[in-house]
Amino acid sequence: MTRVALRGLLGRKLRAGLTAFAIVLGVAMVSGTFVLTDTIKAAFSTVFTAVYQNTDAVISGRSAISRSSNGNAQSPPSLPASLLGRVRALPEVASASGSISDTAQLVGRDGKVISSGGAPGLAFSYAPSGRRFSPLTLASGRFPREADQIDIDASTARKYGFRVGQRIGVVARGPVRRFQIVGTVEIGGVSSLGGATMTIFTLPEAQRLFDKVGRYDQISVAARHGYTSNRLVQAIRPLLGPSAQVRSGRAQARQATKDTSGFLNIFQDFLLAFGGIALFVGSFVIANTLSITVAQRTRELAILRTLGASRRQVLGSVLLEALLIGALASVIGLALGLLLAKGLNSLLASFGIDLPQTATVFKTRTVIVALAVGIVITLIAALRPALRATRVAPISLVREGSLLPPSRWSRYGTQAALGTILGAIALMLIGLFVSTLSTGLRLLGVGAGALALFIGVAMLAPQLVPPLARLLGWPATRVGGAPGQLAQGNSARNPARTASTASALMIGLALVTLVSVLAAGLRSGFESSVNSAFIANYAITAANNFSPISLASEQRAARIPGVTAVVGVRAGAGRAFGSNVNVTGVPPNASRAIRVDWAHGGPQIPAQLGSNGAFVSQAYARAQHLHVGSPLSLETPSGSHLQLKLIGITNPPKGASPYGDISISEATFDRAYQNPQNLFTFVNMSGGVTAANSARLTAALAGFPDAKVQDKTQFINNQLQGLTSLLNLLYVLLSLSVVVSLFGIVNTLVLTVFERTREIGMLRAIGMSRRQVRRMIRHESVITALLGATFGIPLGVLLAALIGATINFGTFTVPVGTLVVFVFLAVITGLIAAIWPARRAGKLNVLAALSYE
Amino acid sequence: MAANGSGVTAGAQVDLTAVRARDLTRRYGAGATEVHALRGVSLDVERGQLVAVMGPSGSGKSTLMHTLAGLDKPSSGSVTIAGIEITELDDASMTRLRRDHIGFVFQFFNLLPMLTAEENVLLPLTIAGEAPDREWLDQLLTKTGLHDRRRHRPSELSGGQQQRVAIARALVSKPTILFADEPTGNLDSRTGGEILELLRDSTREYGQTIVMVTHEARAASIADRILFLADGLIVRELTDAHPAQVLDVMSTLQS
Ligand SMILES: Nc1ncnc2c1ncn2[C@@H]1O[C@H](COP(=O)(O)OP(=O)(O)OP(=O)(O)O)[C@@H](O)[C@H]1O
Ligand SMILES: [Mg+2]
Repeated sequence: MTRVALRGLLGRKLRAGLTAFAIVLGVAMVSGTFVLTDTIKAAFSTVFTAVYQNTDAVISGRSAISRSSNGNAQSPPSLPASLLGRVRALPEVASASGSISDTAQLVGRDGKVISSGGAPGLAFSYAPSGRRFSPLTLASGRFPREADQIDIDASTARKYGFRVGQRIGVVARGPVRRFQIVGTVEIGGVSSLGGATMTIFTLPEAQRLFDKVGRYDQISVAARHGYTSNRLVQAIRPLLGPSAQVRSGRAQARQATKDTSGFLNIFQDFLLAFGGIALFVGSFVIANTLSITVAQRTRELAILRTLGASRRQVLGSVLLEALLIGALASVIGLALGLLLAKGLNSLLASFGIDLPQTATVFKTRTVIVALAVGIVITLIAALRPALRATRVAPISLVREGSLLPPSRWSRYGTQAALGTILGAIALMLIGLFVSTLSTGLRLLGVGAGALALFIGVAMLAPQLVPPLARLLGWPATRVGGAPGQLAQGNSARNPARTASTASALMIGLALVTLVSVLAAGLRSGFESSVNSAFIANYAITAANNFSPISLASEQRAARIPGVTAVVGVRAGAGRAFGSNVNVTGVPPNASRAIRVDWAHGGPQIPAQLGSNGAFVSQAYARAQHLHVGSPLSLETPSGSHLQLKLIGITNPPKGASPYGDISISEATFDRAYQNPQNLFTFVNMSGGVTAANSARLTAALAGFPDAKVQDKTQFINNQLQGLTSLLNLLYVLLSLSVVVSLFGIVNTLVLTVFERTREIGMLRAIGMSRRQVRRMIRHESVITALLGATFGIPLGVLLAALIGATINFGTFTVPVGTLVVFVFLAVITGLIAAIWPARRAGKLNVLAALSYE
Repeated sequence: MAANGSGVTAGAQVDLTAVRARDLTRRYGAGATEVHALRGVSLDVERGQLVAVMGPSGSGKSTLMHTLAGLDKPSSGSVTIAGIEITELDDASMTRLRRDHIGFVFQFFNLLPMLTAEENVLLPLTIAGEAPDREWLDQLLTKTGLHDRRRHRPSELSGGQQQRVAIARALVSKPTILFADEPTGNLDSRTGGEILELLRDSTREYGQTIVMVTHEARAASIADRILFLADGLIVRELTDAHPAQVLDVMSTLQS
């Protein structure tokens, strides 16, 4: 029996290959993701190990706020210089040196800050006394000795054409300043850390530039001979207050790797999710292809049964075939994943994110997971066709027409489908609205619900196919003539098959639609929020639209003649009621630039904050049961606690709020936060928005290459840029599953053409031309694709409505134009899928078609 | 009926000849496995004739049909249909020729399951984008006894009815010549008899030219001419033969 299965598979290489392909892409995505992230992690680990290799212990500031959720990671507090003296005095210490690490941006020859792929500009200090600890090695020139000298990283120098001896603009805390490049450096043996630029100042200059005179960000320590780094760490620990910490060099390298890995893990899960979706779609394709194959093999299976094969043996032979296909697909997918990882890496590099290079990491885990996932999914998908194959009775041998017996459950099909759909929606609703469950459970509910919903609709689809195919095929009968009419009939001929093929495409289209509807909602919500909240003339933000910028630009703007109000919104992280919060610091005149509705209080509140007043959003007040007069304890990153009193509650617009969870006065903020920075700066000028005012403002801020002046419309567009790129990324990743479903259509068509060989021969014999045959297949493909769109797009809108209702993102907007584009894309998918099968059908020899049994 | 040179020589003769073959050979394979399915067959079928082709299994009957109908190319020799030399035609011209001049009836009925009987009958016209002649269609459906079955689908029809649909389909475009390869091969003898009568009638009433392959002496005896094939050659020919004569000849060929 095994031999028969193997022979059968070899005899159907093409079909086996097509089936395998459905799962290859998903497996490739999974293995590619693992290889890529493993490789990046290993590279960072190598770099950080090199960075700390000469350091036995590292003292650094400890932020009271663990990494905040919004990414506004507050840099940890700096250390007092006096600590260095006390560390040096320890008997275990051979030498110790303080250093600064902060951010500063280099300015390119075009006057714009150099930023590739959103990577930060890193700034380090260099002191001859700390040379032994320095991770930096010179690529050319020497280290800076004077205040106006710097080194820059060799990679930036090479890419932007800067050489030793030239001058370059640097933006640190204040306006742009020019320095002389005296050397280029590498760090930890690599010339670039993911595209980040590096600027190396002398230690005194770095301290002055970053307002850290008399302070260090980090103290590196070497142990005296005979002391382990652990001993050293234990000796140092008593010297430290709550806002400082000490780690061994090795632990620090691990920690740094882990910090970077945190992001990489999210990145990995994100990519894996899309691999999972592609695999889910692939399982539909496999189930369908195997169903068709089994149907076409009815005769063969019946022969086997007549010859005495048991049902179990038939089941085994189909499952064995699936196992082999799954294994083949997984191996190909694994190999393809390797290429994919390389491709993604160079893609990232082309965006300027060149990650440190190491040899590709190919872990056993990657191999095991990829193979297991590919094989298990194929087997699961094969189960139903295999069970149906066992129901082929020996009598089928003598009956004309090789139709499989209907499934035992088929008469409950509609009820089962409706039941599944209802169950799925219930599951999603529980996940979305039962807030007492844990986030993990809720996500699980939504995810499982969505999967079940897809399966339920796919189960219902066969009932809907005949009427819909007639409807969607109508244009084909108009434009396609006889081939169009035949295509319309063909697509409804085997509703289960057409439904299953269309369902695969449905999933991809539903998800694309979901994303686009949510994005449209976010966009319109954001636009209307900004339109109502933004009552200033201009906004100043960082060039990348989201980084906080130094207060110097705000101070400069305030001195421009004609400026009537400057409202800087400080942003930082804090902790209150046991969880991280976003904190904003607002000036007294905030209401001149920002308009929000007030649930309690009014526009005068920002002016009344004083040293201990605070206002929060209504949502936050509700969640923490706060009301006007409630006390509020806010912990800042440096570990101090601000005792505040609630004096107002805002009712911010749905789409986006200009204020964080908790807002305090600018003055209080500046006292409580080291190096306060503005997220936005709003400016009002007499005369409002005019070309002259714009020019004056831009000219006055020319010394701040990182500050971007924009009016309301530009502000909205700039802020939405991130959303647009995210949306495009999601589209690209989801297109993977659309490609898988495209293969599903190809599979079905090829198998169908094969099955209808004789019929196509007859059509050719009675006068159908090759072109007409091809057109017939193309129309059938397009009808199938349109069916996918008909199921998928409304389903996506429904999912978006459900999810949108929970995340409360503002307005529910259906982007009709985009959805029409998706329908066109579905048609194009159908046309592409049909190319090859149509050619095969067209090439069928009339004679072969007639004599084929 | 002797071959008078090659190709078309006189207009009058073209009009009378529906299909003409000269020195047809067809070889399959090469070397040791080479099979000579046709070894040099020449024939002319006049318009309005019903010609039966008989012979033992493997004698080349189907191969002859296929080459005459332009479904297969001969290894050498020529075929003209309605005066058109078809052996060198490209696919597009061959398709056009099929639409205008050739009808087929197969052993398997080859109906499209999703179309009604009437739609199946009209299919050649639909494909060619031609408007049906309703009167002719009605006449055909009545003749084939399908008038009250026109809205039925093939799965709702008996085998004989399905084959009658196939015959109506072959006749609907009034082809110059209709080819039928064992049209009764899949039917019981009574139903097969009805089908043969239908073919006979279409020749008698509409002057339809037919070339039909058959194994049955009774079927062959309704033909105007019977060609006997053995080993790729026409070995005998009978006109207006009785079944007994046919059986006679067949038994000599079989031995
Ligand atoms: N495609 C092919 N390849 C090789 N040989 C072939 C092919 N088709 C037919 N033949 C051979 O050519 C010869 C004639 O075949 P053909 O089908 O014409 O016979 P037939 O008279 O129609 O027989 P039957 O009465 O069994 O249908 C046979 O020997 C057959 O084996
Ligand atoms: Mg034959």
